[in-house]
Parts: sequence; structure tokens; C-alpha cells
Amino acid sequence: MANEAAIINVAARTSLWLQPHRIVLILVALGLVLGAIFYMRWDWLPQYYEMGLLGIWRSLWILAVTCVLGFLLAVPLGLAQATGSFWFAAPAKVFCTVIRGTPLLIQLWLLYYGLGSLFPQYPWIRESWMWPYLRQAWPYGVLALTLSFAGYEGEVMRGAFAGVPKGQLEAARAFGMSRWKIFRRIWLPQAFYRALPTLTGETVLQLKSTPLVATISVIDIFAVSSKVRQDTYLTYEPLLLLALIYMTITGILVFAFSRIEARIPNKVG
Amino acid sequence: MKTVLKTFAAALLLGVAAMGVAKADPVKIGVAAEPYPPFTSPDASGKWVGWEIEFIDAVCAEEKLDCVITPVAWDGIIPALTTKKIDLIVSSMSITDERKKTIDFSDKYYNTPTAIIGPKDQKFGATPEDLKGKVLGVQVSTTHAVYAKKHFGPTAAEIKEYQTQDEANQDLAAGRLDAVQADSIALDAFLKSDQGKACCDLKGMVAPDLEVLGPGVGAGVRKEDTALKEKINAGIKAIRANGKYEEISKKYFDFDIYGADTQSN
Amino acid sequence: MLGLLHSIEIALGATCLGLLIGTGGAYGKLYGGPVVRDLLAVYTTIVRAVPELVLILLLYYAGTDLINQALTAIGYQRIDISGLAAGIAVLGFVQGAYSTEVIRGAILAIPQGQIEAARAYGMSPSLMLRRITLPAMLPFAIPGLANLWLIATKDTALLAVVGFYELALATRQAAGVTKAYFTFFFAAGVLYLLLSLFSNFLIGRVEAWSRRGMPSLKEAR
Repeated sequence: MANEAAIINVAARTSLWLQPHRIVLILVALGLVLGAIFYMRWDWLPQYYEMGLLGIWRSLWILAVTCVLGFLLAVPLGLAQATGSFWFAAPAKVFCTVIRGTPLLIQLWLLYYGLGSLFPQYPWIRESWMWPYLRQAWPYGVLALTLSFAGYEGEVMRGAFAGVPKGQLEAARAFGMSRWKIFRRIWLPQAFYRALPTLTGETVLQLKSTPLVATISVIDIFAVSSKVRQDTYLTYEPLLLLALIYMTITGILVFAFSRIEARIPNKVG
Repeated sequence: MKTVLKTFAAALLLGVAAMGVAKADPVKIGVAAEPYPPFTSPDASGKWVGWEIEFIDAVCAEEKLDCVITPVAWDGIIPALTTKKIDLIVSSMSITDERKKTIDFSDKYYNTPTAIIGPKDQKFGATPEDLKGKVLGVQVSTTHAVYAKKHFGPTAAEIKEYQTQDEANQDLAAGRLDAVQADSIALDAFLKSDQGKACCDLKGMVAPDLEVLGPGVGAGVRKEDTALKEKINAGIKAIRANGKYEEISKKYFDFDIYGADTQSN
Repeated sequence: MLGLLHSIEIALGATCLGLLIGTGGAYGKLYGGPVVRDLLAVYTTIVRAVPELVLILLLYYAGTDLINQALTAIGYQRIDISGLAAGIAVLGFVQGAYSTEVIRGAILAIPQGQIEAARAYGMSPSLMLRRITLPAMLPFAIPGLANLWLIATKDTALLAVVGFYELALATRQAAGVTKAYFTFFFAAGVLYLLLSLFSNFLIGRVEAWSRRGMPSLKEAR
């Protein structure tokens, strides 16, 4: 059997898509897609088309903002854990453990409904400048997702910072670089390169977390599909389309990251 | 290697099947898995109580049906019915033409007006002009959501849809909403709670719209399940006739929630 | 609290089911025919690209519906799939994709000589799986699988969205009845956290046990 597998392996490398079983599989897949198109109901598409685009845009916006903010937060978190004194490292460690140890859904609900239920006790909040933001749902979604991303990525950055070879930092110090300059020119870029492969995975995971904001009344693409389901009472069509949309976004993300990774020198350390 | 795979597959199937098979064949009563007092809500031990639970228990007892309460998510309650996760929806679901395209209903078993509530310190009514520039909260895929979009959509600043009624009430108390539209009895229960008393009061009843709001609340059944529908209808008639309906209602309400005796369907 | 018990039950069931699927999947990916391998590749790719929430919704409604339709088609009585079974099956299906990758990596990490030696002794494939492959890959797989277990405990919260009664939904209902939202969500967070920390402790012990007789991690590096 192993021999067989080896032979097939060689064949697979020579003509990747043109093997008979692949062609059959592709035909079966095509058949399924065509069947889905013809036998399922898609007449609701034009009506929800604009809403869907807006939803996709919102999801992507939340993804981008929370990833960038989360990463910015992850850098100090990782740094504190990798080098900081106990008073810096301990809180960072506790933060990462708590975020990673509890479901995002609970964090989100605690922030939105939990904090919300405390508002009536403090009437001055409604007079403050923050109120127009606190009234809406998306700031809570962004906050929860940012903290979550920071928690997971902070752990990665800790490893990345600790993994930069001591010699490099010592060499930089020998050149008389200031601490800030060492951090900016040597330590951070090296750690970033190390963290980059995991960053792809984390970003995809983050994308997969964004639909949770729909549970606190933010209208992202998931919420749009729920709306379609509720309005039309269709079960499968909106969900299948939604799955396809997420797969496409994931594909684009993975492709984009692989391009970025390819441009970065792969010999690190 | 094939045998290994096969063994795994067989073990899996057996496992799933063994976990899934239930003994008897009871009627599964679907209620929304959320507190919706005084109709359906879980008590401290997780048991479902309320007017609607007692009502359907009485109907089942009358028709000698073996009924079990099965909580499901409100926004998936109709798919749950059509995919046979539940057999009957008893969750304050209004009878509407839109829903009738997908499922069927028993005769109505209660009908109450639709109300709007808002914060105490603001004075407004329940007309489209009153709600101008306000943020209105409703529960998703309810008749109220449809009504709000149709009548208040043009003037209100935003209509926010919530998964559960409770969350909409919560956001009203938190000040994130200016008004909430829902069934008057459900809102009354909220206004009588400590939290509701502190924050909000009744602003008024909305203008009727039979086309959207429908003739009242009925039990949802699958279209092909006519036998069950007949049984429920007979049960409703029987407990209306023998006074059981009134007896249950008196425990919860000080007025008749059956509403005017309109011909359903 | 009944909800916590349900959550643990589902997480346990889902992880076990995921392990079964994962072992089968890894074997299929490594030694299966080309069709099996391609199908498994499609399975793992799709599951890892689509949000768990969407998969849960899709499988929760479609999965049980399909099983029942298949059963009625071959003339059996339709079965009633309980929420617990559906929850375990759905999360197990998701976990299976991830554990396929973890176990595949772990099997590849076994020194080739051990498997060849087993084959030279004339062991049957199933005996080899039981005696050599599974025990030998365990230390390589445990960190990844431990991570999956933690993900499983947290993913059970997602079942709240389809209305399945577990810790997160129990919390939401209790919070709704009592209006003490902050307290209840906070308490739920603490419960989940304790579960994670306790698991971490156990996993550490198990890992040490499975590595017995092997050079310690520090030396290996």
C-alpha cells in the first residue's frame, strides 16, 4: 500500500489536476454547485444584494481595525512578558490567560450587556462625551475582538521576542544604539518576522470570530444572512452562501499573507 | 487500512445513533429559549413556567398528548419546526400571512395589542411623528419588527433588531434605545419589574394593522401535520368551553387575553 | 449548575469524536487512496476556513435533516436527534478537521524506523496502529490536542446561539430573569477560566506521563 501511495504521489506531482479521479471529483463538485443553483431558491438575492455588500464591508472593517489595534496592543504585552520585571510581566500574563481561557462570546456579552446593565446606576455617563459611542453596539464588538486578538497574539509575541538571538541585541548595543533604537530597528522587526507565519493563522481565526458581533446587534455579513433566513424562512441557502463568502475571504487573506511572507527574508536568526 | 477506516466509520455511526434515539414518540413543544414573561420563562431551576406553558399543558392533557417542552433559539424556531426538531411552536407567535407561506397555524389562543414603551423622562406617544429621530428596538422576525419597519421606518433614526425581547428591554434600560415596541403584556411584565419601574413607562398602543399584526397568536405546526393541528384546535376549544382556559388566565391576568372572538383563518 | 455540566459533557464528547475522526482522517491522508486524500483535504480546508458559528448553524439544521432523510429513504424510522447528540456531532465534526492535521503531523514525527520495524515483525495494520503508531505519536500530538480541547470547551459557548442549553445560554437566561447581567456573565467567565486552568494542570501531568522514557524537552532542543 505504501508503494502504491508513493507511485501515486509521483503521479500527483507530474499532473496535478488532470488525474482521472480529480476530474471526476471536480465534475461531482460542479454538479453539486449546479444542483444548488437550480434546485434551491435564490430569488431573494437581488433584494438583499446591497445589504450583503454592506455587511461584508462591515465584517472586513471590523477585522482590519481589530487586527491592527490588537497587534499594537500585543507588542507591549509580549515585551512585558518576555523581558519586563515581575510587575509588568505578571499583569500581562494574567491578561493573556484570562482572555485565552474564556470564550469570546462571554467576553462580548459581559462587555455589552454586563456593562450596559450598570449604566442606569451612573446617570452622569449619559451626559459625558462618550455617550454617543457607548450607545452603539460596534465599539463593544471592536473592543472585545481587539482584546481577544491581543491576548492570543501577545502570547505569540512573547515567544517571538524571546526567540530573537541574544547576539543580535548585544551587537546592536555594541554599536552604541540607544535602547529605543535597538527595539525599533532590531528587536521588533526580527520578532515580527518570526511571528508572521502565525499571524496568518491568527488573522483567519479573527475573521472566524467576527460573526459573534452579530449577537450584540451589529449588522455584519452574518447578521445579514440571519436576516435573510428570518425573512424568507429559508434554512440552507443563505448559510451556504455565507460559508462561501467566508471561504473566499479566507482564501484572499491567506494568499495576501503568503505574498507578504515571500517578500521577507526567510533566513532569520 | 481499509478495515480500520470502516471500523471507525461504523463506530461513529453507532455512537451517533445510540446517543440520538429517543424512547417514546412525544410531541415536542418548541418555545423560544429566552425569558418572555409572563408567557414562557425558565424558573431558577431551569424549568419552564408561565401562562403559555400551563395553557399547552392543559391542551395536551385534554387531547391525551405526551408533550415535552423543547427550548430552541427564537430566530431559528421555524427552521426547527420544518426540520422536525420540534413539532409545535407555542411561543407567542402571531398568525401572519407571511409565516403561513411556510408553516400552518392552529386557531388563535390569545390576542393582545401592541405597545411602545420608553424612558420615563421623555414624553412621547406611539405615532410615527412621535418616534421621529428616535432609536427603536424590536425583536427579530416578529410581527413587531415588520410593523416597525413599515410604520416607523421612514421617521425613526434607526430600528435595531435584537435576538431576544429581553435584550431589547435591557438596552432600553441601559439607555441605548429610546423606545421598544412589543406585545403589551410582555412589556407590562417588564414595566412591573424593578428595573422596568426605575427606567421606563408605557407610551401608548400602536395603531392597528391587521395585515401585519395578524389576528392573534396561534400554535405553529408543519403544513402536512394536519392531524396534530386538528387535535390542538379541538383542545383549545375544549378548554375554552370547560373553563380551564379562564382558570389559568386568572392566575396571570386581570382581563381576558383571548381578545375579540374573531373568526380565524 | 446544570449548564456547566452540559458544557463539559459536550466538550468531552466532541473531543473524543474529533479524535476518532482525526485519527481516521490522518490515516486517510497519509495512507489512503487518492480520492480519500482529496476528499479529506476538502474537508479540512472547508472546516478551517468557515467560522464555527456558521458551521454549527449549517450542520445543526442540515445535518440532522439529512440523516433523517437518508434514514427514511432506506426505510428506517426517523430518529430523534437530541440537542446533546447534535451538539457533540457538530463540534466533533469541526474538531475532527483540526485534529486530523495535528495527528497527521504527529504520525509523521514518529521515527520511520519504528514503523518499519513493526512491519518487519509482520504486525497487522490494526495491531500496529494500537501498539506502535498511537502510543508513539502521543507525545507529539498532545500539545496540539490539548489546545483543541481548550478550543472545544470555549466553542461550546457557541451552541448557545442555536438555543442549546449549556453554560453560556444558562447564564444568559439567568441574567435575563434576574437582570443581574454583569454578575452572571462575570461568573460564567470565571467558571470557564477555572475549567481552562484545571485542564492545563491535567494536561501538564498527562504530557509528562506520555513523555516518560523520552529525553526531556530541554535536552531535545
